[in-house]
Amino acid sequence: MALLTIKNLTVRFATSTGSFTAVDSIDVTVDKGEVLAIVGESGSGKSVSMLAVMGLLPDTATITADEMTFDGQDLKRLSPNQRRKIIGNEITMIFQEPIASLNPSFTVGYQVEEVLRFKMGMGRRAARARAIELFTAVGIPEPEQKLKVYPHQMSGGQSQRVMIAMAIATNPRLLIADEPTTALDVTIQKQILDLLMKLQEDYGMALIMITHDMGVVAETADRVSVQYKGKKMEEADVLSLFENPQSNYTRALLSALPENATGDRLPTVSDFFNPEAEEAKA
Amino acid sequence: MTIAAEGRNLIRDYEIPGSIFRGSSSVRAVKGISFSVERGKTLAIVGESGSGKSTLARIIALIDPATEGELLIEGKPVDIARQKPTRDMRSTVQMVFQNPYGSLNPRQKIGDVLTEPLALNTNVPAAERRKRAEEMLEKVGMPREVYNRYPHMFSGGQRQRIAIARALMLNPTLLVLDEPVSALDLSVQAQVLNLLADLQAEFDLAYVFISHDLSVVRYIADDVLVMHKGEAVEQGTRDEVFADPKHPYTRQLFAATPVTDVEAIRARVASRQAARASAQS
Repeated sequence: MALLTIKNLTVRFATSTGSFTAVDSIDVTVDKGEVLAIVGESGSGKSVSMLAVMGLLPDTATITADEMTFDGQDLKRLSPNQRRKIIGNEITMIFQEPIASLNPSFTVGYQVEEVLRFKMGMGRRAARARAIELFTAVGIPEPEQKLKVYPHQMSGGQSQRVMIAMAIATNPRLLIADEPTTALDVTIQKQILDLLMKLQEDYGMALIMITHDMGVVAETADRVSVQYKGKKMEEADVLSLFENPQSNYTRALLSALPENATGDRLPTVSDFFNPEAEEAKA
Repeated sequence: MTIAAEGRNLIRDYEIPGSIFRGSSSVRAVKGISFSVERGKTLAIVGESGSGKSTLARIIALIDPATEGELLIEGKPVDIARQKPTRDMRSTVQMVFQNPYGSLNPRQKIGDVLTEPLALNTNVPAAERRKRAEEMLEKVGMPREVYNRYPHMFSGGQRQRIAIARALMLNPTLLVLDEPVSALDLSVQAQVLNLLADLQAEFDLAYVFISHDLSVVRYIADDVLVMHKGEAVEQGTRDEVFADPKHPYTRQLFAATPVTDVEAIRARVASRQAARASAQS
């Protein structure tokens, strides 16, 4: 059953040179416990569509959608109070730069406990105990000591684990991860992806993985949506997408991967995909 | 076969200044690395953050001196700590940086970016400088008209082409490329890698290619040097290293790199479905 349903979402930004359409009539659905990957290059609108769901876009953005429901509740018609009960509780999000996402002036323990106290209504002592549990769950060694540490004293991978701990603190049903491993080394990336997949299984959470990296898609997704310049190019289950891509753009992306290189030259996207021709066809 | 650059047991220490509580100490970022790269070939230096790969790149590019060890450029020993390198020496080694948004001066027109190395290092007259810059722009796949434009008018991939063009203006024999494609989108990455391959063939360039991305390294490298905590844990030809990695760290690196192989995806999807079925029953 669909947990999050978005139909015909369009996001426009008012700019000094007129209106710019970042997301153009996109449909997104995620089922309970499913991992959906949204793939695209920069400017594809992959982050913007999810920021629209979270209500994190600036005032210059105009968001229109035919439908935007989470577990049967219409996200468009909720009062700010009702909305806050869903966003940050039922739906949480982590970002690309873990160190920038944390407040440098407070200990990481304080920041995790803050979520527990304000979102879950826990007392100080209960929050402290739960924070230790969460740190253990995301694989931070010596959790009691690490609660007293400031973000700059942690490595990138550790900070991302803290972010994940904050994101799962409310037992969300949907976690949106926006390029969660792009700033990390490959060995750390592997650990973080493994952790996200484990938590997703254990908690039965749905996960939306926003990424530009086909490798990350291959290792995590159940279903994949490919976006280009704000439009959806293709949506398929992960195996079909890699085995038998339908859209020219997906084909181009896959063949531009260096590991798929056959001859001396790498095929480039323009060898397969001509944006003008595609637009004329549409 | 000429050797463009050679390092013998290069070491680099960084001083950490002390405070009133503590004396100064030093960190050894590069712990005795030897390598050589021939003209027309690519040596890839692979490592994660903190491995010392960028420190080594800066030593090879004559930006920072080595604390110990010997660096030879075209067979001649260079020690920039003792003697400032000559203009000719500077011209032989050029560098391209990771972030093309940071490496181009936003107030400088593209033409000035390209002609500045010539103005500083050679006696080429202005008209000739302009001509060479325009020719170089065409070589990297940019139209001549961009000569009078500013960096903000270009995308990441175009800027990286400009940065490469700038590096080539002095006819170097060795290019040190520090993560040149890791800030670029996949489709643009392929174009820039192709461009680098073309330029290498045309000018018989030696590349020292710093990267953390094994799939890119596998595509572009002739020789591979894997760095971990300042040491070269594995060194060999590309085929040797990729076919049979010896060091546990290299194996760990390979294991962590995501694969897009269809059979691997099929196996993962199947094991996930099996886990779900057993969870339900």
